[in-house]
Amino acid sequence: MEYLIGIQGQDFVLVAADNIAANSIIQMKQDQDKMFKLSDKILLLCVGEAGDTVQFAEYIQKNIQLYKMRNGYELSPKAAANFTRKNLADYLRSRTPYHVNLLLAGFDETDGPGLYYMDHLSALAKAPFAAHGYGAYLTLSILDRYYRPDLTRDEAVDLLKKCIEELNKRFILNLPSFSVRLIDKEGIHDLEKLMPVGAK
Amino acid sequence: MALQDVSGFQDTPMSHRWNTPASLSGSVPFRCDNRHTSLSSLSTSSSLPTRRPFPLSHGTTTLAFVFQGGVIAAADTRASCSGLVACPTAQKILPIHSHLLVTTSGSGADCMLWERILAREIRLYQLRHGRRLSITGSAKLLSHMLHPFKGTDVSPVSDRCGPKLFYVCSDGTRLQGELFSVGSGSPYAYGVLDGEVRWSLNEEEAISLAREAVYRATHRDAYSGNCVDLFHITAQGYLNKITDQFLQKVREINHWPLFTESKGNACRDGGADTGCGWRGRE
Repeated sequence: MEYLIGIQGQDFVLVAADNIAANSIIQMKQDQDKMFKLSDKILLLCVGEAGDTVQFAEYIQKNIQLYKMRNGYELSPKAAANFTRKNLADYLRSRTPYHVNLLLAGFDETDGPGLYYMDHLSALAKAPFAAHGYGAYLTLSILDRYYRPDLTRDEAVDLLKKCIEELNKRFILNLPSFSVRLIDKEGIHDLEKLMPVGAK
Repeated sequence: MALQDVSGFQDTPMSHRWNTPASLSGSVPFRCDNRHTSLSSLSTSSSLPTRRPFPLSHGTTTLAFVFQGGVIAAADTRASCSGLVACPTAQKILPIHSHLLVTTSGSGADCMLWERILAREIRLYQLRHGRRLSITGSAKLLSHMLHPFKGTDVSPVSDRCGPKLFYVCSDGTRLQGELFSVGSGSPYAYGVLDGEVRWSLNEEEAISLAREAVYRATHRDAYSGNCVDLFHITAQGYLNKITDQFLQKVREINHWPLFTESKGNACRDGGADTGCGWRGRE
Protein backbone atom coordinates (compact mmCIF):
# COMPACT_ATOMS: atom_id res chain seq x y z
CA MET A 1 0.00 0.00 0.00
CA GLU A 2 2.80 2.41 0.89
CA TYR A 3 5.77 3.17 -1.25
CA LEU A 4 9.35 4.18 -0.60
CA ILE A 5 12.12 4.68 -3.12
CA GLY A 6 15.76 5.72 -2.92
CA ILE A 7 18.33 6.44 -5.64
CA GLN A 8 22.00 7.05 -4.91
CA GLY A 9 24.08 9.27 -7.16
CA GLN A 10 27.73 10.07 -7.04
CA ASP A 11 27.48 12.73 -4.37
CA PHE A 12 23.84 12.69 -3.34
CA VAL A 13 20.97 10.40 -2.40
CA LEU A 14 17.45 11.05 -3.63
CA VAL A 15 14.57 9.60 -1.63
CA ALA A 16 10.81 9.75 -2.00
CA ALA A 17 7.82 8.41 -0.08
CA ASP A 18 4.09 8.54 -0.63
CA ASN A 19 1.93 10.70 1.61
CA ILE A 20 -1.09 8.60 2.41
CA ALA A 21 -1.93 7.44 5.92
CA ALA A 22 -4.61 4.81 5.51
CA ASN A 23 -6.75 2.79 7.86
CA SER A 24 -8.40 -0.20 6.21
CA ILE A 25 -10.12 1.23 3.15
CA ILE A 26 -10.12 4.87 4.26
CA GLN A 27 -7.42 7.47 3.58
CA MET A 28 -7.18 9.18 6.94
CA LYS A 29 -4.55 11.70 5.91
CA GLN A 30 -3.15 12.82 2.56
CA ASP A 31 -0.08 14.72 3.74
CA GLN A 32 1.68 12.31 6.06
CA ASP A 33 5.45 12.61 6.12
CA LYS A 34 7.09 9.21 6.34
CA MET A 35 10.65 10.49 6.53
CA PHE A 36 12.34 10.91 9.87
CA LYS A 37 15.40 13.07 10.23
CA LEU A 38 17.97 11.17 12.25
CA SER A 39 20.65 13.82 11.95
CA ASP A 40 21.66 16.64 9.62
CA LYS A 41 22.59 14.23 6.89
CA ILE A 42 20.66 11.07 7.60
CA LEU A 43 17.03 10.32 6.80
CA LEU A 44 15.06 7.28 7.83
CA LEU A 45 12.06 6.35 5.69
CA CYS A 46 9.73 4.00 7.46
CA VAL A 47 6.61 2.12 6.38
CA GLY A 48 4.83 -0.90 7.75
CA GLU A 49 2.32 -1.64 10.42
CA ALA A 50 0.41 1.31 11.77
CA GLY A 51 1.81 2.56 15.04
CA ASP A 52 4.96 0.45 14.80
CA THR A 53 6.41 2.74 12.13
CA VAL A 54 6.27 5.94 14.12
CA GLN A 55 7.18 4.27 17.42
CA PHE A 56 10.24 2.52 16.02
CA ALA A 57 11.39 5.44 13.91
CA GLU A 58 11.10 7.90 16.75
CA TYR A 59 12.89 5.47 19.07
CA ILE A 60 15.82 5.27 16.66
CA GLN A 61 15.73 9.01 16.07
CA LYS A 62 15.95 9.84 19.75
CA ASN A 63 18.70 7.32 20.35
CA ILE A 64 20.80 8.74 17.53
CA GLN A 65 20.37 12.19 19.01
CA LEU A 66 21.26 10.85 22.45
CA TYR A 67 24.47 9.41 21.05
CA LYS A 68 25.37 12.80 19.69
CA MET A 69 24.68 14.45 23.03
CA ARG A 70 26.71 11.93 24.95
CA ASN A 71 29.69 11.66 22.62
CA GLY A 72 29.81 15.03 20.92
CA TYR A 73 29.73 13.72 17.37
CA GLU A 74 27.10 12.17 15.17
CA LEU A 75 26.88 8.59 14.01
CA SER A 76 27.78 7.98 10.41
CA PRO A 77 25.02 6.65 8.13
CA LYS A 78 26.64 3.21 8.13
CA ALA A 79 26.76 3.13 11.90
CA ALA A 80 23.21 4.40 12.17
CA ALA A 81 22.02 1.74 9.74
CA ASN A 82 23.72 -1.02 11.68
CA PHE A 83 22.39 0.33 14.95
CA THR A 84 18.89 0.33 13.53
CA ARG A 85 19.32 -3.16 12.20
CA LYS A 86 20.53 -4.43 15.55
CA ASN A 87 17.51 -2.95 17.33
CA LEU A 88 15.11 -4.39 14.81
CA ALA A 89 16.79 -7.79 15.06
CA ASP A 90 16.66 -7.75 18.85
CA TYR A 91 12.95 -7.09 18.81
CA LEU A 92 12.35 -9.61 16.05
CA ARG A 93 12.48 -12.61 18.32
CA SER A 94 10.80 -10.99 21.25
CA ARG A 95 7.08 -11.23 21.77
CA THR A 96 6.69 -7.76 20.34
CA PRO A 97 8.42 -7.48 16.99
CA TYR A 98 8.22 -4.29 15.00
CA HIS A 99 6.83 -4.91 11.56
CA VAL A 100 8.48 -2.11 9.59
CA ASN A 101 10.34 -1.75 6.30
CA LEU A 102 12.98 0.93 6.15
CA LEU A 103 15.23 2.88 3.87
CA LEU A 104 18.07 4.75 5.46
CA ALA A 105 19.77 7.40 3.37
CA GLY A 106 22.72 9.51 4.39
CA PHE A 107 25.82 11.35 3.38
CA ASP A 108 29.13 10.71 5.07
CA GLU A 109 32.16 12.99 4.85
CA THR A 110 34.53 10.10 4.24
CA ASP A 111 32.37 7.46 2.57
CA GLY A 112 30.14 9.70 0.52
CA PRO A 113 26.46 9.04 -0.08
CA GLY A 114 24.88 5.80 1.13
CA LEU A 115 21.49 4.15 0.76
CA TYR A 116 20.64 1.23 2.99
CA TYR A 117 17.72 -1.11 2.48
CA MET A 118 16.27 -2.85 5.53
CA ASP A 119 13.25 -5.08 5.70
CA HIS A 120 11.06 -6.28 8.53
CA LEU A 121 13.23 -9.34 9.11
CA SER A 122 16.06 -6.90 9.73
CA ALA A 123 18.09 -7.78 6.66
CA LEU A 124 20.39 -4.88 5.84
CA ALA A 125 21.92 -4.20 2.44
CA LYS A 126 23.68 -1.19 1.01
CA ALA A 127 22.24 -0.63 -2.44
CA PRO A 128 22.55 1.92 -5.24
CA PHE A 129 18.76 2.06 -5.52
CA ALA A 130 15.93 0.46 -3.58
CA ALA A 131 12.18 0.50 -3.12
CA HIS A 132 9.62 -0.82 -0.66
CA GLY A 133 5.97 -1.68 -1.00
CA TYR A 134 3.86 -3.19 -3.76
CA GLY A 135 5.01 -0.35 -5.97
CA ALA A 136 8.50 -1.80 -5.83
CA TYR A 137 7.41 -4.71 -8.01
CA LEU A 138 6.49 -2.26 -10.72
CA THR A 139 9.42 0.11 -10.46
CA LEU A 140 12.52 -1.94 -9.69
CA SER A 141 12.84 -2.98 -13.31
CA ILE A 142 12.72 0.64 -14.39
CA LEU A 143 15.49 1.39 -11.95
CA ASP A 144 17.47 -1.61 -13.19
CA ARG A 145 17.19 -0.42 -16.75
CA TYR A 146 17.92 3.27 -16.43
CA TYR A 147 20.13 3.59 -13.38
CA ARG A 148 23.74 4.63 -13.80
CA PRO A 149 26.14 5.33 -10.95
CA ASP A 150 27.01 8.73 -12.41
CA LEU A 151 23.51 10.15 -12.54
CA THR A 152 23.20 13.86 -12.06
CA ARG A 153 20.59 15.26 -9.74
CA ASP A 154 18.22 16.18 -12.56
CA GLU A 155 18.58 12.78 -14.17
CA ALA A 156 17.85 11.11 -10.85
CA VAL A 157 14.71 13.20 -10.43
CA ASP A 158 13.65 12.25 -13.95
CA LEU A 159 14.19 8.59 -13.13
CA LEU A 160 12.08 9.06 -10.03
CA LYS A 161 9.36 10.68 -12.10
CA LYS A 162 9.43 7.74 -14.49
CA CYS A 163 8.85 5.37 -11.58
CA ILE A 164 6.00 7.42 -10.21
CA GLU A 165 4.33 7.69 -13.58
CA GLU A 166 4.47 3.93 -13.86
CA LEU A 167 2.82 3.59 -10.48
CA ASN A 168 0.17 6.05 -11.51
CA LYS A 169 -0.53 4.02 -14.60
CA ARG A 170 -0.41 0.46 -13.30
CA PHE A 171 -0.79 0.41 -9.58
CA ILE A 172 -4.30 -0.31 -8.42
CA LEU A 173 -4.16 2.13 -5.52
CA ASN A 174 -4.27 5.85 -5.96
CA LEU A 175 -1.14 7.49 -4.54
CA PRO A 176 -1.72 11.13 -5.34
CA SER A 177 1.39 12.72 -3.94
CA PHE A 178 4.96 11.94 -2.96
CA SER A 179 7.39 13.83 -0.73
CA VAL A 180 10.87 14.06 -2.23
CA ARG A 181 14.11 14.89 -0.44
CA LEU A 182 17.72 15.01 -1.49
CA ILE A 183 20.74 14.53 0.78
CA ASP A 184 24.17 15.78 -0.19
CA LYS A 185 27.17 17.20 1.59
CA GLU A 186 25.23 20.33 2.42
CA GLY A 187 22.52 18.43 4.21
CA ILE A 188 18.92 17.52 3.56
CA HIS A 189 17.00 19.48 0.93
CA ASP A 190 13.26 19.38 0.41
CA LEU A 191 12.34 19.14 -3.23
CA GLU A 192 8.89 19.88 -4.49
CA LYS A 193 6.22 17.23 -4.04
CA LEU A 194 5.52 15.05 -7.02
CA MET A 195 1.88 14.72 -7.93
CA PRO A 196 1.17 12.54 -10.93
CA VAL A 197 -1.78 13.81 -12.89
CA GLY A 198 -4.34 11.56 -14.54
CA ALA A 199 -3.62 8.19 -16.07
CA LYS A 200 -2.27 7.78 -19.54
CA MET B 1 -2.37 8.62 44.18
CA ALA B 2 -5.52 6.83 45.24
CA LEU B 3 -6.54 5.96 41.73
CA GLN B 4 -3.14 4.55 40.89
CA ASP B 5 -3.13 2.33 43.95
CA VAL B 6 -6.62 1.06 43.38
CA SER B 7 -6.00 0.25 39.77
CA GLY B 8 -2.52 -1.06 40.45
CA PHE B 9 -1.34 0.81 37.41
CA GLN B 10 2.42 0.92 37.02
CA ASP B 11 4.14 3.90 35.58
CA THR B 12 5.90 1.94 32.89
CA PRO B 13 3.29 0.21 30.79
CA MET B 14 5.88 -0.33 28.04
CA SER B 15 7.21 -3.35 29.89
CA HIS B 16 3.95 -5.16 29.27
CA ARG B 17 3.11 -5.86 25.70
CA TRP B 18 0.48 -8.00 24.17
CA ASN B 19 -0.34 -9.98 27.30
CA THR B 20 -2.86 -9.04 29.88
CA PRO B 21 -0.83 -6.88 32.21
CA ALA B 22 -0.96 -8.15 35.71
CA SER B 23 -0.69 -4.58 36.87
CA LEU B 24 -4.08 -3.60 35.57
CA SER B 25 -6.69 -5.03 37.87
CA GLY B 26 -9.94 -6.32 36.60
CA SER B 27 -10.44 -7.87 33.25
CA VAL B 28 -9.21 -5.51 30.65
CA PRO B 29 -10.58 -6.61 27.34
CA PHE B 30 -7.69 -6.80 25.02
CA ARG B 31 -8.93 -7.25 21.56
CA CYS B 32 -12.26 -6.87 19.90
CA ASP B 33 -13.09 -10.42 19.08
CA ASN B 34 -16.62 -9.60 18.12
CA ARG B 35 -16.85 -7.47 15.08
CA HIS B 36 -19.17 -4.87 16.49
CA THR B 37 -18.98 -4.38 20.20
CA SER B 38 -18.87 -1.36 22.31
CA LEU B 39 -19.75 -0.62 25.90
CA SER B 40 -19.70 -4.31 26.72
CA SER B 41 -17.09 -6.21 28.61
CA LEU B 42 -15.26 -8.73 26.49
CA SER B 43 -13.43 -11.77 27.73
CA THR B 44 -9.70 -11.48 27.45
CA SER B 45 -8.72 -12.92 24.13
CA SER B 46 -5.51 -14.26 22.74
CA SER B 47 -2.53 -12.00 22.57
CA LEU B 48 -1.90 -12.30 18.86
CA PRO B 49 -3.84 -9.85 16.73
CA THR B 50 -5.34 -11.53 13.68
CA ARG B 51 -5.29 -9.72 10.42
CA ARG B 52 -8.71 -8.97 9.08
CA PRO B 53 -9.16 -7.94 5.49
CA PHE B 54 -11.65 -5.26 6.40
CA PRO B 55 -11.14 -4.26 10.01
CA LEU B 56 -13.69 -1.49 10.36
CA SER B 57 -15.09 -3.24 13.31
CA HIS B 58 -16.12 -0.65 15.80
CA GLY B 59 -19.86 -0.30 15.99
CA THR B 60 -20.14 3.40 16.09
CA THR B 61 -19.96 6.59 14.10
CA THR B 62 -17.89 9.38 15.51
CA LEU B 63 -16.54 12.34 13.68
CA ALA B 64 -14.79 15.60 14.32
CA PHE B 65 -13.61 18.48 12.21
CA VAL B 66 -11.90 21.80 12.62
CA PHE B 67 -13.30 25.05 11.27
CA GLN B 68 -12.92 28.74 11.90
CA GLY B 69 -15.16 28.66 14.95
CA GLY B 70 -13.29 25.85 16.73
CA VAL B 71 -13.83 22.11 16.64
CA ILE B 72 -17.05 20.18 16.25
CA ALA B 73 -17.26 16.63 17.58
CA ALA B 74 -20.28 14.46 16.94
CA ALA B 75 -21.15 10.85 17.59
CA ASP B 76 -24.11 8.53 17.60
CA THR B 77 -25.38 7.15 20.91
CA ARG B 78 -25.95 3.51 20.16
CA ALA B 79 -23.95 1.00 22.13
CA SER B 80 -24.24 -2.28 20.29
CA CYS B 81 -23.21 -5.75 21.32
CA SER B 82 -23.27 -8.18 18.38
CA GLY B 83 -26.72 -7.39 17.17
CA LEU B 84 -28.23 -6.19 20.42
CA VAL B 85 -28.55 -2.52 21.21
CA ALA B 86 -27.08 -2.54 24.67
CA CYS B 87 -27.73 1.12 25.31
CA PRO B 88 -29.50 3.62 23.08
CA THR B 89 -28.24 6.66 24.97
CA ALA B 90 -24.58 5.97 25.42
CA GLN B 91 -22.12 8.81 25.62
CA LYS B 92 -19.24 8.43 23.27
CA ILE B 93 -17.71 11.88 23.63
CA LEU B 94 -16.07 12.30 26.98
CA PRO B 95 -14.57 15.52 28.27
CA ILE B 96 -11.13 15.33 29.84
CA HIS B 97 -10.85 18.97 30.74
CA SER B 98 -12.42 22.16 29.58
CA HIS B 99 -10.49 22.22 26.34
CA LEU B 100 -10.01 18.57 25.55
CA LEU B 101 -12.59 16.05 24.49
CA VAL B 102 -12.13 12.45 23.57
CA THR B 103 -14.42 10.66 21.14
CA THR B 104 -14.35 6.95 21.63
CA SER B 105 -15.00 3.96 19.45
CA GLY B 106 -14.32 0.31 19.98
CA SER B 107 -14.56 -1.60 23.20
CA GLY B 108 -16.45 0.57 25.64
CA ALA B 109 -14.67 -0.62 28.73
CA ASP B 110 -11.29 0.03 27.16
CA CYS B 111 -12.36 3.51 26.12
CA MET B 112 -13.55 4.38 29.59
CA LEU B 113 -10.36 3.04 31.10
CA TRP B 114 -8.04 4.91 28.78
CA GLU B 115 -10.02 8.08 29.09
CA ARG B 116 -9.59 7.95 32.85
CA ILE B 117 -5.92 7.11 32.61
CA LEU B 118 -5.35 9.94 30.18
CA ALA B 119 -7.21 12.40 32.38
CA ARG B 120 -5.14 11.29 35.35
CA GLU B 121 -1.86 11.65 33.50
CA ILE B 122 -2.76 15.09 32.20
CA ARG B 123 -3.73 16.19 35.68
CA LEU B 124 -0.47 14.83 37.10
CA TYR B 125 1.46 16.69 34.45
CA GLN B 126 -0.32 19.86 35.35
CA LEU B 127 0.42 19.43 39.03
CA ARG B 128 4.06 18.66 38.39
CA HIS B 129 4.77 21.34 35.82
CA GLY B 130 2.33 24.05 36.70
CA ARG B 131 0.86 24.28 33.23
CA ARG B 132 -1.57 22.26 31.25
CA LEU B 133 -0.20 19.68 28.85
CA SER B 134 -0.68 20.78 25.26
CA ILE B 135 -3.04 18.95 22.99
CA THR B 136 -0.21 17.62 20.88
CA GLY B 137 1.45 16.39 24.03
CA SER B 138 -1.73 14.76 25.30
CA ALA B 139 -2.20 12.94 22.02
CA LYS B 140 1.41 11.79 22.02
CA LEU B 141 1.11 10.61 25.63
CA LEU B 142 -2.00 8.64 24.79
CA SER B 143 -0.46 7.06 21.71
CA HIS B 144 2.63 5.98 23.65
CA MET B 145 0.49 4.52 26.42
CA LEU B 146 -1.68 2.68 23.92
CA HIS B 147 1.08 1.23 21.78
CA PRO B 148 1.59 -1.91 23.83
CA PHE B 149 -2.11 -2.73 23.69
CA LYS B 150 -4.33 -3.57 20.79
CA GLY B 151 -8.08 -3.78 20.49
CA THR B 152 -9.37 -0.37 21.36
CA ASP B 153 -9.78 2.82 19.43
CA VAL B 154 -9.80 6.21 21.04
CA SER B 155 -9.70 9.45 19.12
CA PRO B 156 -9.08 12.64 21.08
CA VAL B 157 -10.57 15.83 19.86
CA SER B 158 -9.35 19.06 21.23
CA ASP B 159 -8.82 22.72 21.13
CA ARG B 160 -6.03 24.70 22.65
CA CYS B 161 -3.91 27.48 21.24
CA GLY B 162 -5.84 27.14 18.07
CA PRO B 163 -8.01 24.18 17.32
CA LYS B 164 -6.28 20.85 16.95
CA LEU B 165 -7.59 17.45 16.14
CA PHE B 166 -5.78 14.15 16.51
CA TYR B 167 -6.69 10.62 15.60
CA VAL B 168 -5.14 8.18 18.04
CA CYS B 169 -5.54 4.47 17.56
CA SER B 170 -4.85 1.64 19.93
CA ASP B 171 -2.02 0.28 17.79
CA GLY B 172 -0.06 3.48 18.35
CA THR B 173 -1.06 5.49 15.29
CA ARG B 174 -1.28 9.21 15.87
CA LEU B 175 -2.28 11.55 13.08
CA GLN B 176 -3.00 15.23 13.16
CA GLY B 177 -5.61 16.48 10.76
CA GLU B 178 -8.63 18.64 10.19
CA LEU B 179 -11.30 16.04 9.61
CA PHE B 180 -11.57 12.53 10.98
CA SER B 181 -14.33 10.01 11.29
CA VAL B 182 -13.98 6.71 13.09
CA GLY B 183 -16.10 3.60 13.37
CA SER B 184 -18.21 1.31 11.25
CA GLY B 185 -20.30 4.22 10.04
CA SER B 186 -17.31 6.36 9.16
CA PRO B 187 -17.27 5.77 5.38
CA TYR B 188 -20.83 7.05 5.19
CA ALA B 189 -19.94 10.05 7.29
CA TYR B 190 -16.91 10.79 5.14
CA GLY B 191 -19.14 10.79 2.11
CA VAL B 192 -21.20 13.63 3.52
CA LEU B 193 -18.36 15.53 5.14
CA ASP B 194 -15.74 15.45 2.39
CA GLY B 195 -17.91 17.44 0.04
CA GLU B 196 -19.00 20.12 2.47
CA VAL B 197 -16.51 20.76 5.25
CA ARG B 198 -14.69 24.06 4.76
CA TRP B 199 -12.76 26.29 7.10
CA SER B 200 -15.20 29.15 6.57
CA LEU B 201 -18.34 27.44 7.88
CA ASN B 202 -20.21 29.32 10.54
CA GLU B 203 -21.20 27.64 13.76
CA GLU B 204 -24.75 26.80 12.78
CA GLU B 205 -23.74 25.31 9.45
CA ALA B 206 -21.00 23.28 11.05
CA ILE B 207 -23.32 21.87 13.67
CA SER B 208 -26.01 20.96 11.19
CA LEU B 209 -23.41 19.42 8.88
CA ALA B 210 -22.04 17.26 11.67
CA ARG B 211 -25.53 16.16 12.64
CA GLU B 212 -26.39 15.34 9.07
CA ALA B 213 -23.24 13.28 8.62
CA VAL B 214 -23.97 11.20 11.72
CA TYR B 215 -27.60 10.87 10.69
CA ARG B 216 -26.70 9.56 7.25
CA ALA B 217 -24.26 7.13 8.75
CA THR B 218 -26.79 5.86 11.25
CA HIS B 219 -29.29 5.41 8.46
CA ARG B 220 -27.01 3.06 6.54
CA ASP B 221 -24.98 1.43 9.27
CA ALA B 222 -26.79 -1.07 11.43
CA TYR B 223 -24.44 -0.64 14.34
CA SER B 224 -24.84 3.11 14.62
CA GLY B 225 -28.08 4.75 15.51
CA ASN B 226 -30.37 6.42 17.99
CA CYS B 227 -29.45 9.99 18.82
CA VAL B 228 -26.68 12.37 17.82
CA ASP B 229 -24.38 13.72 20.49
CA LEU B 230 -22.65 16.92 19.58
CA PHE B 231 -19.95 19.06 21.16
CA HIS B 232 -18.49 22.34 20.06
CA ILE B 233 -15.10 23.42 21.42
CA THR B 234 -13.96 26.99 21.27
CA ALA B 235 -11.18 28.90 22.92
CA GLN B 236 -13.50 29.33 25.90
CA GLY B 237 -14.09 25.62 26.41
CA TYR B 238 -16.55 23.08 25.21
CA LEU B 239 -20.30 23.20 24.90
CA ASN B 240 -22.71 20.36 24.48
CA LYS B 241 -24.97 21.15 21.64
CA ILE B 242 -27.39 18.26 21.54
CA THR B 243 -30.71 19.28 20.11
CA ASP B 244 -32.35 15.93 20.61
CA GLN B 245 -35.09 16.39 23.20
CA PHE B 246 -35.20 12.70 23.96
CA LEU B 247 -31.50 12.51 24.69
CA GLN B 248 -31.62 15.60 26.82
CA LYS B 249 -34.49 14.20 28.83
CA VAL B 250 -32.75 10.87 29.34
CA ARG B 251 -29.62 12.58 30.55
CA GLU B 252 -31.60 14.75 32.93
CA ILE B 253 -33.52 11.85 34.35
CA ASN B 254 -30.32 9.93 34.95
CA HIS B 255 -28.77 13.00 36.56
CA TRP B 256 -25.95 13.01 34.08
CA PRO B 257 -24.43 16.44 33.76
CA LEU B 258 -25.47 18.13 30.58
CA PHE B 259 -22.22 20.01 30.04
CA THR B 260 -24.02 22.98 28.69
CA GLU B 261 -21.92 25.54 30.50
CA SER B 262 -18.68 26.67 28.99
CA LYS B 263 -15.39 27.69 30.53
CA GLY B 264 -13.17 25.97 33.03
CA ASN B 265 -15.87 24.69 35.33
CA ALA B 266 -17.54 22.72 32.60
CA CYS B 267 -15.87 19.52 33.72
CA ARG B 268 -17.82 16.69 35.15
CA ASP B 269 -19.06 16.84 38.68
CA GLY B 270 -19.02 13.83 40.91
CA GLY B 271 -18.23 10.42 39.64
CA ALA B 272 -14.64 9.70 38.82
CA ASP B 273 -11.88 11.73 40.31
CA THR B 274 -10.25 12.19 37.01
CA GLY B 275 -9.59 15.85 36.97
CA CYS B 276 -13.16 17.05 37.12
CA GLY B 277 -13.94 20.14 39.04
CA TRP B 278 -10.44 21.47 38.77
CA ARG B 279 -9.58 24.56 36.93
CA GLY B 280 -6.53 24.92 34.82
CA ARG B 281 -4.08 27.50 35.85
CA GLU B 282 -3.73 29.58 32.72
